[in-house]
Amino acid sequence: MMEYTRKILLKGNEAAVYGALLAGCDCYFGYPITPASEIAHTAAKFFPKMGRVFLQAESEIAAINMVMGASAAGRRVMTASSGLGISLKQEGVSYLAGCELPAVIVDITRGGPGLGNIGPEQSDYNQVVKGGGHGSYRCIVLAPSSVQEMCDLTAEAFDLAEKYRTPVYVMADGVIGQMMESLKLPEPAKTKYDVPEWALDGVNNRNNMMTSIFLEHDELEAVNVKLQKKYADICAVEQRAEEYCMEDAEIVFVGYGIAGRIARTAVDHLREEGIKAGLIRPITLFPFPVEYMRKSIDNAKIYFSVEMSCGQLIDDVKLAIECAHPVKLINRMGGNIPTVDEIITKCRNHMAELDKKAE
Amino acid sequence: MNKNKTKKKFKVIIEPDECKGCERCVNACPKSVLKMSSTLNFMGLPYACYTGDGCIGCSACFYNCPEPGAVTIVEITEED
Amino acid sequence: MAELVKHARPKGFFENFDRRPGAIHKNMHYCPGCGHGILHKIMAEAIADFGVQDNTVIISPVGCSVFAYYYFDCFGISVPHGRAPAVGTGLNRANPKNIVISYQGDGDLGAIGFNNFIQAANRGENICVLFVNNAIYGMTGGQMAPTTLPGQKTVTSPSGRSVMNDGYPMKVSEMVSTLDAPVYVERAALSTTRNIMRARKAVRKAIKNTVDQKGFSMVEVLAGCPINLKLDAKEMNEFIDTQMTRFFPLKCFKDEADHRDPIKRTEGEHEAERVRELLYPVKVQKGVSDDFRNPSKIFEKERKIKVAGFGGQGVLSLGNMIATMGKLRNFNVSWLPSYGPEMRGGTANCSVILSRKTVGSPIVDKDCNLLIVLNQPSMDAFLPVLKKKGVLIYDSSTIEPPKVSKDKIVYSVKASDIAKQLGHLRYANSVILGALSVVMEDCFLEGADKQDFDRTFEEAIMDCFSNKESVIQLNIEAFYAGKQAVKRI
Repeated sequence: MMEYTRKILLKGNEAAVYGALLAGCDCYFGYPITPASEIAHTAAKFFPKMGRVFLQAESEIAAINMVMGASAAGRRVMTASSGLGISLKQEGVSYLAGCELPAVIVDITRGGPGLGNIGPEQSDYNQVVKGGGHGSYRCIVLAPSSVQEMCDLTAEAFDLAEKYRTPVYVMADGVIGQMMESLKLPEPAKTKYDVPEWALDGVNNRNNMMTSIFLEHDELEAVNVKLQKKYADICAVEQRAEEYCMEDAEIVFVGYGIAGRIARTAVDHLREEGIKAGLIRPITLFPFPVEYMRKSIDNAKIYFSVEMSCGQLIDDVKLAIECAHPVKLINRMGGNIPTVDEIITKCRNHMAELDKKAE
Repeated sequence: MNKNKTKKKFKVIIEPDECKGCERCVNACPKSVLKMSSTLNFMGLPYACYTGDGCIGCSACFYNCPEPGAVTIVEITEED
Repeated sequence: MAELVKHARPKGFFENFDRRPGAIHKNMHYCPGCGHGILHKIMAEAIADFGVQDNTVIISPVGCSVFAYYYFDCFGISVPHGRAPAVGTGLNRANPKNIVISYQGDGDLGAIGFNNFIQAANRGENICVLFVNNAIYGMTGGQMAPTTLPGQKTVTSPSGRSVMNDGYPMKVSEMVSTLDAPVYVERAALSTTRNIMRARKAVRKAIKNTVDQKGFSMVEVLAGCPINLKLDAKEMNEFIDTQMTRFFPLKCFKDEADHRDPIKRTEGEHEAERVRELLYPVKVQKGVSDDFRNPSKIFEKERKIKVAGFGGQGVLSLGNMIATMGKLRNFNVSWLPSYGPEMRGGTANCSVILSRKTVGSPIVDKDCNLLIVLNQPSMDAFLPVLKKKGVLIYDSSTIEPPKVSKDKIVYSVKASDIAKQLGHLRYANSVILGALSVVMEDCFLEGADKQDFDRTFEEAIMDCFSNKESVIQLNIEAFYAGKQAVKRI
């Protein structure tokens, strides 16, 4: 008999598929796009081997609508894309949110606007975290910053999607998608989960129906109120962040994905110099980890939003601490990644400025 | 064959409140046994009526009618 | 005297349309004389007659029939404009028992969603598309459709459709029937009783094909929109039969149901043991236990490695092998490639970090502990990132000895030349690893670790190239050749 190990070296993109398969994902529908394509490659390799569905859709739009169909059928389903591809999917995501259908969407972000480039920007933040399509809806957004998290959070995304009947994004940048790390694969999910009772499946009452059109204003308002209640519930219990050296942090970096990891190394360097720096790395972007941010206010003197976008994350940082302290931006764009030195230098410059003002 | 000869007769039942008065059935009836009402139904529309005699049960009115239940065709079996 | 109901409200409809807001619950929302109503009745009759309501999903499109789910006593879903065949694909692929009817109008199918339609047809999805062509946009108030006739006046073609401006009516059935996959394509009309009965037959056949898993079936139904066209019932039928059929002839374009085998789809595998077998890697050799730590001091700190060269030299897989060795000895490792167009035939490089702690930034842009370069441009580009006392290994087949400060530890090996002698340039990376093994032995490894490096390398080769016996052997040969040939500069 073969002996297996759970330790494996994988790319982030591959790990997302492993996580999905171990979580019992039945169907993958997607359209190739760099830097997310390895997700489709890996899915194409494994889904059919397990008798599950892999289908290369004719477009991003088709892919998200196939996701809608499979989700309506009560099956665990995913797609993956990047930047402009996510823009194209937004209408479909709005329908998923409106019909309260679970789905997992992996977004391996790239440079924009327009065709941009395939470098690792984080400029999908607003379109993914704030809803993105039409209507007042939100999606749960998980932000892995390691290959292990790509696997684990993608697996967990299916549970969250099902629990709250909502689309869940796993949003990582091109670096996390392309890099390899060693990880420990999770155990497979229970043999076969039940078809949800709301699904369009012959095991259920055929009275089941899904729609997002409500002509009566009061009726549509009630639907919106119900959705907002759900989002409030999610905000109350699902906030998640990694705190690093935060016990006494006066300088607080906030960064997710690869930016969070680089900021972590910057914290190490600053701490070596005796500077009380710390990092809050949001793992959930929606719900934004407001509670973690608020906890940090008493010790903090200044915050830095470390991001690979032009001040998208920073808005949520400011809102979360209600502008109790200055919040500064440390960012790069266009596919560039802030270096540890850049972070430290910018941090020092801002600190000097603050000191000057204080004098 | 049954010794008793059977003679098939049909009738059309039109539910006035389910008719929108498009007249498709009136036009389609090969025996011209349908006509439009002179009064209006609860939707405020004129409706089709059966004149009471001559239906051959061809179902033309039924399949021409876009309304789900406005037209019902009934077969009446009379034994000699 | 006995009374027998021959035709009545079809059982495929709800008895009462309670989902419909307002006071009317027996009728549909369509205008008087609308073709949708006639088609709905035929469909409702069919799904009830075939006894398939429990597995039927009718997709409501965007257009007048957006509320179709008010009426049919089966599963219903309303979907984005034009996307019904994509949603239908998902519904049926996820659960092949779902009998999917994609109900679409001329804007939904012929304009905004044509690609989704034609692609689903081309894949031969097991769905039934019922395409209502009434030559106009009804719900939005009488605008031009892709199927509007030349000269036909609509609110967006007030002087009549101009073929110079708007092109000709879209011939959907003709187009889709040129594809190989669709099993059944017919155009019918809801005009005269005779045509309606033909349409009924066609719709029933299309639905039956779907029930029998025969693949993609479509019926294009020419239907009346008397209110928007401002025609009475008679004029409406005349318009369909004399005007529309000039561009849209009624015929069966394709019917291959009798010669097609039912589509078979697999059931997803979810049995945990089988999933493990497919996803978990096979353990190579005996390896080490989870708490094993190499004792040499060199491994106490995070180690940053850069490997650079041109695509084809195995630069990325050299990094991969080093990362794999790290993984097999319980290090946290990260491997980050330069990715994108350059990897398809330009320079390539990767950063590898080994650490006993969590790896922070995976980027090696300074303080590099080990730099491996396989071509001159990479030497020029990356030598500055090498840390004081850092190690440089380069391929002396092509690279000139570099000018470096004395604190650097420099080794060279004719990696490409040796690899070519072994049969292929791609073994250069194992030659380099042989050189690395010597560097490690000479300068860093202590005690048992001296032997462990070679063993780890062999395990890594097996891990990276499992099932490729000959490749494993040649890489190991290359490794030992590298050990022999390396020189300290």
